[in-house]
Amino acid sequence: MSWINLQAIWKIVVFGLVLGAGLPSLFAVGLFSLSKGPRRAATEGGDSDVLVGGNPLGMVIAGLCFLVILAAIAWGIYEVYKIGHPAPAPAK
Amino acid sequence: MSARDALRVRNDVVLVLVVVVALSFDFTNGFHDTGNAMATSIATKALSPRVAVALSGVLNLVGAFLSLAVAATIASGLVDTNLVTLQVVAAGLAGGIIWNLLTWLLGIPSSSSHALIGGVVGATIAAAGGHAIQWHGLVSKVIIPAGLSPIIAALVAATGTWLLYRISRSLSEGARSHGFRIGQIGSACMVSLAHGTNDAQKTMGVITLALIVNKTIPAGSNAPFWVILSCGLAISLGTYLGGWRVIRTLGKGLVEIESPQGMAAESASAAVILLSSGFGYSLSTTHVATGSIIGSGLGKKGGEVRWNVAGRMATAWVFTLPAAGVVGAGAYALAHAVSGTPGVLVLLVILAAIAGVIYWRSRASKVDHNNVNAEWTGSVAPADQPEPAKAA
Repeated sequence: MSWINLQAIWKIVVFGLVLGAGLPSLFAVGLFSLSKGPRRAATEGGDSDVLVGGNPLGMVIAGLCFLVILAAIAWGIYEVYKIGHPAPAPAK
Repeated sequence: MSARDALRVRNDVVLVLVVVVALSFDFTNGFHDTGNAMATSIATKALSPRVAVALSGVLNLVGAFLSLAVAATIASGLVDTNLVTLQVVAAGLAGGIIWNLLTWLLGIPSSSSHALIGGVVGATIAAAGGHAIQWHGLVSKVIIPAGLSPIIAALVAATGTWLLYRISRSLSEGARSHGFRIGQIGSACMVSLAHGTNDAQKTMGVITLALIVNKTIPAGSNAPFWVILSCGLAISLGTYLGGWRVIRTLGKGLVEIESPQGMAAESASAAVILLSSGFGYSLSTTHVATGSIIGSGLGKKGGEVRWNVAGRMATAWVFTLPAAGVVGAGAYALAHAVSGTPGVLVLLVILAAIAGVIYWRSRASKVDHNNVNAEWTGSVAPADQPEPAKAA
């Protein structure tokens, strides 16, 4: 009968940081990789909003980042569904 | 004694009234909380206001079907269900709705969950006394998470904001804001989904409780399909109509937001809400979203948080539980004095009248999709009414 569940709070903070700050950071890494390449160099200095630089390696890395994010979201939704639909209690 | 008797009497008329009031609450919950998910996307123009509220509405409906965990907590964890009657449920809902409408009029993003819980707790105390409340559950599952969740959300959002600016610092201003605006669409959708799994549940729990109290369904039943569907529809309709006043306070009033901050704030909100639901805390999505937005202001170098606006919100949060409780208790006293089905009817009429007055008052200082993004001048309603916000 404790008033504060420290273990749960600790987990919410750590997983919250990993998912809530980590995933958008991965998205930022993806944007960064995507921007590498010749096309970006051409527009350097201007306030262009061109996202795709054209470097193949950069584009592959970016694609991987975005895939990992999508996978993490799908996994998260699945977990929520699993927690939210527990097996019905046996009728007595 | 009368409470006990009422328990045993089936009263389908009152049941229908309670369901109507519960769905009305769900509707106010939807339009009060649109801002939690969409305020930052609208403020950074990642999504147009109309598209944002439509998307959020659909995702709330999906979210309502995604999880049924929180519904049970609301029904059984806070009050002694044996002492609850349909009248108590109706009075509690009335307390929640009135508080929700008042805070909406003032543009304060207060917690719909706390309004509902406060209303039900207040009505229960009025009906059966303080011993009918599970105080431990109330403190450990509602009050402590209410204090901690915005702080955790702010920490996550501040960390995320700092990281996003650090990683993307070599990008040009335009590319960065373009890129994160795309990301924001995804993160805002996650918040809407999380909102559906959390807030639509609370009304489902209350309706299920009413059905059990009325012996329409046996104790321990899950929410029937029509309850899930109607709650999902009510909250998504409310979301679609959009609480422009609250959206404005959240999106423009607290922090001037850029798209990386918006994405960081939304990701933090979605993660904290979904994780907390997993651990059984039915927390307030409003508190989390506000904490995240403040965090996104703290995490950016030179970011500015309007602490006076934040302080006004925190004050409303502290008052939400007791104030909704007092209104709930008053509503019960009224319904009980008239007694029976007429009592609940009188309650409904008064509720509708109050809602009408508040709606009429809101027309005097209208906030809608046209002026939601107008420059923040210290008040909810933009200073210059007829001027369209397109000027910028």
